Amino acid sequence: MKQKSIKGSRNVATILTYVFLILGSAIMIFPFLWMILTSLKSLAESTQIPPTIFPAVPYFSNFADALTSLPFANLYVNTILMVLARVICAIVFSSMAGYAFAKLNFKGKNLLFTLILVQMMMPSQIFVIPQYEMLASVSMTESIFALVFPGLVSAFGTFFLRQAYLGIPNEIGEAAYLDGCNQWQAFTKVMLPLTGTSVAALTIFTAVFAYADLMWPLVVNTDINLMTLSSGLATLKGQFMTNYPVLMAGSLFAMVPMLILYLIFQRQFIEGIALTGGK
Amino acid sequence: MRCGSVETCRKVPEVSLFRGEAVWAEARPSKLRIMASLNLKGIKKIYPHSGDQKKKKKGKSDVPEKKTNLQITDQGVVAVQEFNLDIADKEFIVLVGPSGCGKSTTLRMVAGLEEISEGELYIDGKLVNDVEPKDRDIAMVFQNYALYPHMTVYENMAFPLRLAKVPNDEIDRRVREAAAILDITQYLERRPKALSGGQRQRVAIGRAIVREPKVLLMDEPLSNLDAKLRNQMRAEIIKLRQKIDTTFMYVTHDQTEAMTLGDRIVIMKDGFIQQIGTPQEVFDHPANLFVAGFIGVPQMNFFDARLSKKNGKYVVTVGSVTVELSEDKQKALNAKKVADQDITLGVRPNHIHLGDGPNAMTATMDVSEMMGGEVHLHANANGRDVVIIVPTTELTGEHRDAFARGAKISFTFSGSTCHVFGADDRNLEF
Repeated sequence: MKQKSIKGSRNVATILTYVFLILGSAIMIFPFLWMILTSLKSLAESTQIPPTIFPAVPYFSNFADALTSLPFANLYVNTILMVLARVICAIVFSSMAGYAFAKLNFKGKNLLFTLILVQMMMPSQIFVIPQYEMLASVSMTESIFALVFPGLVSAFGTFFLRQAYLGIPNEIGEAAYLDGCNQWQAFTKVMLPLTGTSVAALTIFTAVFAYADLMWPLVVNTDINLMTLSSGLATLKGQFMTNYPVLMAGSLFAMVPMLILYLIFQRQFIEGIALTGGK
Repeated sequence: MRCGSVETCRKVPEVSLFRGEAVWAEARPSKLRIMASLNLKGIKKIYPHSGDQKKKKKGKSDVPEKKTNLQITDQGVVAVQEFNLDIADKEFIVLVGPSGCGKSTTLRMVAGLEEISEGELYIDGKLVNDVEPKDRDIAMVFQNYALYPHMTVYENMAFPLRLAKVPNDEIDRRVREAAAILDITQYLERRPKALSGGQRQRVAIGRAIVREPKVLLMDEPLSNLDAKLRNQMRAEIIKLRQKIDTTFMYVTHDQTEAMTLGDRIVIMKDGFIQQIGTPQEVFDHPANLFVAGFIGVPQMNFFDARLSKKNGKYVVTVGSVTVELSEDKQKALNAKKVADQDITLGVRPNHIHLGDGPNAMTATMDVSEMMGGEVHLHANANGRDVVIIVPTTELTGEHRDAFARGAKISFTFSGSTCHVFGADDRNLEF
């Protein structure tokens, strides 16, 4: 009897867990579904009150409208270049800086690291104006480089990879020195490969962040052909009137690269996020 | 026949764990290896105070709680000092001592992983204080193996050779030889994660010996292994030593390892060398109370006693018991003209015998530990704990009951097994 009751309470607990999780997933997926549904509605139907859930007649012309109203090919290329460059910079420079802060001894190390932490804690928006002025002074606005510029170094990446290097026992580095490595070889041949998981996580984080970055691309490049997907889409939102179905259709196009990336690197995505959550 | 083909090697049912003996002998027909002596002259290591410690010192003069008795100067904490040692070519030196005694620091200074604050280090007669670790021609085995997790066993062992730009076929030959010696050939393609602790340590040793270093440093290599494996690996290190014939410097806190492995043992405490000698020397003639207590299991028994001269002979008096010292001890004490004084008398547990007599001491039984071949009796004599080892063969049925808690026992020891330590803890014979 007692066994049965334990089993019963376990079942209840399992059901409750499932209900909770399903509810959570539904809440998370609702905006996405709403986006798809809206992209299939007419402008009038999308703004009517009370709102309808399913479009009365699916309106596929929104997708064609989105494609004609924005130079999507340029936006894709710009976005991919920006994301790629920011990811590469973040990995290269953060790895080197993280290694230095974790494993090397030099004067002023703590002070410098404090500065990096401070930078991490500041809202990035306050840097927008000085960064813009720096670029403007060398006439570098309106360029792909301008999009990449704030992502050249990553305070978060440095901090994150420093933690990864701190997790590697000192003996491994010492063994590398004794085996005949110089500083650079110890870093590239031994230490760097050991931070693989963390580098993958940082890659995903940087890519997602860069992909979603709206403010900086909007500020620095005003030419529609030099915009990213996010800033390009933002131009579809008018001051007085917004064609929501077209905006949603455009957003769906914009999601495609990220979706493909996710499908390819699903495991790394989840591991990476679990890693940053766990540490 | 070349045993390099692993298959044939493995099929031979052999007890020895080093099945590659033949391989090694074949590969090294003549002893062309470079041999090296090691000289440490007045080595000193100071860890400078960190910033906040300095501030603290300025604020208030009292020194905070100390974990060890290391000397603290204005410059910092002195981890090792007055370290003088000449290690002969092919010698196996063991540094032993409790945690924080400076043994690992000394080894790391030899390796070049720690800067030498003062003193001179010579490898093969060459001053190497400022030579990079990789140019010192040494190899080191770490306590936690320090294998590269992203490389296979083969790659781990080949790594130092690749860095030294050794040709590929030579790398392959050397790695396979070392693997055969250490019996890890079947694991060459595995990653360290897939190996047990003992196997990992073999790989670490393999990585050290493929380079054929002048000096092989080992920092507590067996500490992470369980007791049984540790005994086994200890025996293997002895065999390895016979095979690769290089200078060894081995750090451990385990006195058994020190006694069994070392040609000479260096016993350290609080950054100072306490005694250097062969295992037998330090066991038979400990230089001071610390060495006497540290070397030997179970620990030496100590009694408060009085050393005096009676009829021209030195005797020790413990309570009502007086024991005349042996001839060689008389000579040593006479030569030093040692005066009558209060001493600490040391007698090893296996030098104490149960029995009555005019010179027998009495004690009250505490507990007895049956070890199989012998029984360790823990008793209390004049307020001091005494451990006595009694071989079980000497025990008859009635004796066994005599070791119940609270029972009275009496024991004797001879004058030749007494160690006399003066007020400054030094052995008075020295």
